[in-house]
Amino acid sequence: MIKVITGNEAAAYAALLAKPEVVCAYPITPQSRIPEQIAEFCAQGIMHGKFVNVESEMAALGYVIGASLAGVRVFTATSSQGLAWMHEGLHWAAGARLPIVMVNVNRPLGAPWNLTCDQIDSLSQRDTGWMQFYCESNQEILDTVIQAYKISESICIPSMICLDGVYLSYLSETVDIPEQKQVDVYLPAYKPGYRIPGGGWKLYDLSSSFSEPIASDFMRDRYQLHKLENRCLNQVIECNKEFYAIFGRGYPPVEEYCCEDADVVVVISGSAVGTCRYVVDAMREKGHKVGLVKIKMFRPFPRALLRKILANKEKVLVIDRDISPGQGGIFCQEIRWALSGTGQGRRIYGFVSGLGGADITTELIEKAFRFTMNSDEPIHDVIWLGLSRDRDEDEYDRKNIKI
Amino acid sequence: MNMTEKTLRYNDIEYIVPPHGFCPGCGVALALRYFLKVVGEKVILVMPPGCASPAVLFPQRSLARDGRLLDIVACPFGSAATFAGGIKTALAAKGDVDTQVIAWAGDGATFDIGFSAVSAAAERNEDIIYVCYDNEAYMNTGSQRSSATPWGAKTSTNPPPAKKDEAKKDIMWIMMAHEPPYEATATIAYPDDLMAKAKKAKGIKGFRFFHILTPCVPGWGYRPELTVKVSKLAVQTRLFPLYEIENGTKVTINKNPKPKDLKEFIELQARFRHLTSDDIHLLESGINRRWAKLSHMAEFELPWTG
Repeated sequence: MIKVITGNEAAAYAALLAKPEVVCAYPITPQSRIPEQIAEFCAQGIMHGKFVNVESEMAALGYVIGASLAGVRVFTATSSQGLAWMHEGLHWAAGARLPIVMVNVNRPLGAPWNLTCDQIDSLSQRDTGWMQFYCESNQEILDTVIQAYKISESICIPSMICLDGVYLSYLSETVDIPEQKQVDVYLPAYKPGYRIPGGGWKLYDLSSSFSEPIASDFMRDRYQLHKLENRCLNQVIECNKEFYAIFGRGYPPVEEYCCEDADVVVVISGSAVGTCRYVVDAMREKGHKVGLVKIKMFRPFPRALLRKILANKEKVLVIDRDISPGQGGIFCQEIRWALSGTGQGRRIYGFVSGLGGADITTELIEKAFRFTMNSDEPIHDVIWLGLSRDRDEDEYDRKNIKI
Repeated sequence: MNMTEKTLRYNDIEYIVPPHGFCPGCGVALALRYFLKVVGEKVILVMPPGCASPAVLFPQRSLARDGRLLDIVACPFGSAATFAGGIKTALAAKGDVDTQVIAWAGDGATFDIGFSAVSAAAERNEDIIYVCYDNEAYMNTGSQRSSATPWGAKTSTNPPPAKKDEAKKDIMWIMMAHEPPYEATATIAYPDDLMAKAKKAKGIKGFRFFHILTPCVPGWGYRPELTVKVSKLAVQTRLFPLYEIENGTKVTINKNPKPKDLKEFIELQARFRHLTSDDIHLLESGINRRWAKLSHMAEFELPWTG
């Protein structure tokens, strides 16, 4: 069924199709439509899971952790401050190896208040042990949520599906909503490996910091969580293949666009990927050998894939919609690290743009490409792309350039 | 017949299997022991940080029956009521209506950091039993002040010559305002009362709240063999009345002792050693005020209209 729906509604439709038994979400701009839509599905009697209104995001995650421990499929959604409020539970869910699926609508954190788009909220949670996926379109949101259940439940690691606030959450697009029967074939009912009652002590074994000997057991848990990165990646690829076979659509963890003969490629994630595709097309028409790499999967970080893709590129420009103050864009850091030792570190240009909902326009992307192509060496830590307000007229800084 | 015989007559099932991590003379251990005797083994215990969770999980899991370990879910400090609600809802979704989900949390986890979760679980009328074992400070981390610490007490964050300068939060009255189906106070010197209330709660659906006073040997500063005596004196001095509230309206006082001198209770404990007689009078006036309020409520049993 083709419908014109927003990104938030796409997330809610995905939850409907995945048939979670307990749904718990606390409203926050720009995510609020998700719990509203799910509550409507329940009120209409088309969603049979229990939707529980709770008092905070910490409770929303805590509640679904409890339900997941008891062995049912769950769903939650949040954004920004709400995700930060969940922080403790994020570590807990991953440490307890619960296959929780969460949608996060990307929005920055105050102060000052900003209700629009920025990926710092989920990137700030990169070390919690959750898988993270960034979406480009409303169709991708719906499909990724359904895929995430299959991936998470196969390896007992929670998933966070991220979508850009406002740009996707409020944008209406045509979305192909699959038939329930098809989804049921792809995603059968959840069969937990262990659960309470009866297996509570086993769960404790997994999530314990009291088990003896304390240090080695805790370290073993974390070792296992980390070493699953290859299995995560394989599952993402496998589950996507299966999805493609049934639905005729799919999304690789890292997507190459016009990369084969490209000398200069832009790496980006989220809703701005579409804008970048347009710019790449336009520049190629003018004869520039440019390409695009879309990072969909951020955790575990697909290092090997990126190394392979970026191996023989002359220059790589990374556009981050986030900033780690005092360091730079987070995607850029990760890519620099992934390519370290391959002799490519010095050819990576780190741009920061679109913070707090600022538009990453075609003009800005083209400007970034031209800056990169005209530059001999990436000498700057951060290249600020589209930094408009300049009240103080601060001095030109070799490490922080504004273009 | 003395209390011990009556208790043993109740049943001889034990769920706490040594070695466990409770201190000698721990009031929490007794409360848990009596409570489990009544609610039985079809339970899931949700335990936030506090005295109980490390005591039954470290050095080894020490809650078991016939070699089968009881289900214990450890949770973050402020999340006991939330986890318990989520577990119960999931069990209900799977058709399991028998398993009792019990949040077993200390005063810090209840009065302070987990308070919004407790309030919200009561507001949603989650079908769980929430037990607050109250040893009147953060005893697990070394006796730091909580909002359950009584006025005048010394804690490691109110070291002498300072003392806690705020009154104890009245959690029962706060919970009463949520009108839960059942709430009760209890303490370990009155195991019959405690177990009768636990049994009653087991038969009720919805949010059930217990406030159990559990004296603490190292935190309160008395000898281990005095735990029961201290607990009993708390009731006998009317400092900690034993009562139940049904549906937020019907208040029943279970023990109406001829009040003993508060000094007897105070003098046993190092945490009050610095108090002057004026200080003790101040505490007494608070006790009288709260008793008057309680007995006033108990006289007016309002009909529950749903």
